[in-house]
Amino acid sequence: MSNMESNPNISGGFGGGPGGSAGRVIEKNPPKKSPNAQRKTVTFGDGSAVTGNRLISLATLVVLFVIWLLSEALGIADPTFFPGPIETIQGGWELATDGFQRVTLAEHVFASLRRILIGFGIGVVVGVPVGLAMGLNNTLRAIFDPLIELFRPVPPLAFIPLLILWFGIGETPAVVMLFFAAFFIMVIAARAGVTGVRLSKVHAAYSLGASKQQILRNVILPNALPEIFVGMRVAIGVCWGTLVAAELVGAQTGLGAMIWTARTFFRNELVVFGIIIIGVIGVILDLIMRKAEERFIPWRGRG
Amino acid sequence: MSNLSVDHLGMIYELPNGGSVEALKDVSFDLESGRILTLLGPSGCGKTTLLNIIAGFLAPTSGSITLNGAPITGPGQDRGMVFQQGALFEWLNVADNVSFGPRMNGNEGPQTDAMVQDLLETVGLGDFGQKAVYELSGGMQQRVALARCLANDPELILMDEPLGALDALTREKMQSLILELWDRTQKTIVLVTHSVEEALFLGDRLFVMAPRPGRIEREYELPFAKLGLTEDPRELKNSPEFTEKREEILSLIWEMEEQIMGHEGA
Repeated sequence: MSNMESNPNISGGFGGGPGGSAGRVIEKNPPKKSPNAQRKTVTFGDGSAVTGNRLISLATLVVLFVIWLLSEALGIADPTFFPGPIETIQGGWELATDGFQRVTLAEHVFASLRRILIGFGIGVVVGVPVGLAMGLNNTLRAIFDPLIELFRPVPPLAFIPLLILWFGIGETPAVVMLFFAAFFIMVIAARAGVTGVRLSKVHAAYSLGASKQQILRNVILPNALPEIFVGMRVAIGVCWGTLVAAELVGAQTGLGAMIWTARTFFRNELVVFGIIIIGVIGVILDLIMRKAEERFIPWRGRG
Repeated sequence: MSNLSVDHLGMIYELPNGGSVEALKDVSFDLESGRILTLLGPSGCGKTTLLNIIAGFLAPTSGSITLNGAPITGPGQDRGMVFQQGALFEWLNVADNVSFGPRMNGNEGPQTDAMVQDLLETVGLGDFGQKAVYELSGGMQQRVALARCLANDPELILMDEPLGALDALTREKMQSLILELWDRTQKTIVLVTHSVEEALFLGDRLFVMAPRPGRIEREYELPFAKLGLTEDPRELKNSPEFTEKREEILSLIWEMEEQIMGHEGA
């Protein structure tokens, strides 16, 4: 019998300090513990000890699917109001191969992704410099502050009627709306990144002979990157949600347009299928952003 | 030869509520090249303000300050800074942190690389060049900060409580490293500290500063920094000469604290 096991107080001390890199790694990838490994005696209320369990998470999805399957097989749910999984998968297959109303799933997905990439991309490219400028210069801050504060709380969808009036129905209003959605989020993220820079870092850089431009490029920008990435993650999520809603009203293609058209033809299994695809793509977009964050800013939160 | 010259320096902070605080009043001194000066005093005595004025981050409200006869008007690489912590660039590895100054001056290449490696070995981090700074302990991070500052070969090195965040044992080791670097590079150093022992041990000159208004209350010329290069630091700090000075300064600071307490009626 090891000492460690008989004295939980001592072994508990090795269970990874609060926060810190060790805690984060464990959270993501809980290692298999041998029976002799250290054991925390207090886990209720210890955030780092509650990491979930992939098996249980997977089981949730499986159970949900089985219930759905049974409801179809036993005829519990009225398929007109709630299509079953087999019908939904068949509809999805048809959509993926032959298409619905002569447009295939891939074309819908592509249309949606294209809009989001353009709108979100321009929003980032324009929003970040504006945010940086607002964090660096009093006059620019004063100029942009009222605009940002006024338009930021407006849900991007509220712009749609005007945008359709200006640009007609088509790609442009959706893309411009996504630009707005991403722009305000990115401005605020970049501004926060600049104002959050530790003054001693800037002072150190000046004392090392850096010019203003060099400080912007080599200190302020990298220092703001974690905030900018958080902003991008939020923005892409907001854009995705907004886009689908926008496509409900103002587009012929895209996943939002697809479910709306399917509804008018009472093809509810396509609506359900569309919802699942929209959810899956949302998860994938978030995953890509998270991986990019890990890859490009490993120093996040460790200054 | 006079190096740093501070003449009737005054600094008044305007407070948002309309009042003002005299952070420094009529501070004058000359610091010869190659000396190591420690600034000690209770909080509010203006020691960090004085350091920031020398660094060029703050402009004094009165008086003048020159380095080798040239007035100080802003930050410059003739004055290197070492901060308490968090001033390293965590997005750069250790070597790139150290080479930051040379790179900003357009000096890149094998010569700089060799110089950086040399500095890293000097501060005991020869094998750590490719490490991320956040992988290092607090003491090692301060070693990087020292190397980064030395890479630009500044005339004057300013240290704002450089060891304040370290544990006692690491702190003692770092004190010896600072003396070693001082001896090796012959740089002029101004170091702010809260620790009486540290101020005595590292300063071959020591100012005890007092608050309201911030001023130099007492000056010491001390032998310990030079002795610390050859003698055992623990024995030195336990020697009668050292402990006597320590008690003297401690009681002086205690008196100041009592006065502040009385002043505020706390």
